[in-house]
Amino acid sequence: MTVNQFANGASAPIETDCVIIGAGPVGLFAVFELGLVDIKAHVVDILGKPGGQCSELYPEKPIYDIPALPVVTGQELTDRLMEQIKPFGATFHLGERIDSLKRLPDLRFQLETDAGKTFITKTVVVAAGGGSFTPKRPPLAGIEAYEGKSVFYSIRRMEEFRSHDVLIVGGGDSALDWTLNLQPIANSVTLLHRRDEFRGAPHSVEQMRALVADGKVALKIGQVTALEGQDGQLSGVTIQTGAATEQLKIDRMMPFFGLTMKLGPIANWGINLEENLIKVDTATFETNEPGIYAVGDINTYPGKLKLILSGFHEVALMAQAAQKLVTPGKKVIFQYTTSSSSLQKKLGVK
Amino acid sequence: MAKITFIQPDGSQQVVEANPGVTVMEAARLNRVPGIEAECGGACACATCHVYVDPGWAEKTGKAAPMEEDMLDFAFDVRPESRLCCQIKVVSDLDGLILRVPGKQF
Repeated sequence: MTVNQFANGASAPIETDCVIIGAGPVGLFAVFELGLVDIKAHVVDILGKPGGQCSELYPEKPIYDIPALPVVTGQELTDRLMEQIKPFGATFHLGERIDSLKRLPDLRFQLETDAGKTFITKTVVVAAGGGSFTPKRPPLAGIEAYEGKSVFYSIRRMEEFRSHDVLIVGGGDSALDWTLNLQPIANSVTLLHRRDEFRGAPHSVEQMRALVADGKVALKIGQVTALEGQDGQLSGVTIQTGAATEQLKIDRMMPFFGLTMKLGPIANWGINLEENLIKVDTATFETNEPGIYAVGDINTYPGKLKLILSGFHEVALMAQAAQKLVTPGKKVIFQYTTSSSSLQKKLGVK
Repeated sequence: MAKITFIQPDGSQQVVEANPGVTVMEAARLNRVPGIEAECGGACACATCHVYVDPGWAEKTGKAAPMEEDMLDFAFDVRPESRLCCQIKVVSDLDGLILRVPGKQF
């Protein structure tokens, strides 16, 4: 793939017929239904892999209500969908979030991602499920003011932590990995977890324990209860360890409490919402904004059920509507994949 | 039928009736108990149905299984009486159960 660079370092806009927001099962099947009506799509998802909740929340858990698959795990369903949509050559933009959407004078949309990528598209399909996965924010008073300055949920530049007194909170792989990675460059690293058991990879747990035994990492069992500092700069935290409380002098904190789903920037796009869900017309799955569709768990209409199979139905109807908008005047005859040689050609059936 | 009392951080109480066989989380969602978000729908995969079991009931609800204990790492202000209520099945023995909803599920 070639990426055209503008002089300012931003990529040239990607012009397309459709951008699908969300690579969960419904977003993936949208690629299929759109593909059948000759619409090529770009798929954007904040997670680093396709599958949405299915692969992030319950990859190993069985799903029993997918027609013709008596039992399938979230990961298997994702893998099979990826195989099914392969012929349509969608382009995936993973680990990115669409941050802004605006309507252009020619009625197309301009979308921008948090990584600085721009799309110009005729249609937008919001298949964002429960919203975008974002790191959980510990409900500590005033934490917002420190975020991005001295409280971080991910690390883009390790140098930000050099010579700082770092507190890492959590007991999984992220907490352990960053404890191990930051220990050599930080002034001090304290790992705080609610119990003396860690879910991370056994090898990482061993390495962490060894650093603790050498006095290079401080391990505390407890929870943060208050933050101290000003102007966004942490100077310390109060932690509770059993019945006792303790003050820690630290100036960087990284809480790792997993991910939660938030509607995020979609709320600012002028789309009609009802209790954080997008209202749609059930004949087309179009929102109040012509050209923007919403499918799957993120939409609402009378009788809505949040089922994967409902989302599959929704994308089939959406694709028919989107086709009329993308290629107006082109006559499309509804056909079945079983019997249509032109559909089979698109699917690569030999 | 088992009656379950949910106590909110502000002290307000809500009693819900639950049929044996459902989970406490499902009973809470059916009755729109605030603060039981259950983002993952009961897959023990999100820790947003965190509750504190009243000390008098701890024995009857039992302890968190290892997978639930792992998930509790993603909850905030976890205490010895913490459970994820999607992992508590309603049985007639739990009639009268008292649960406290945490200040915030994240």
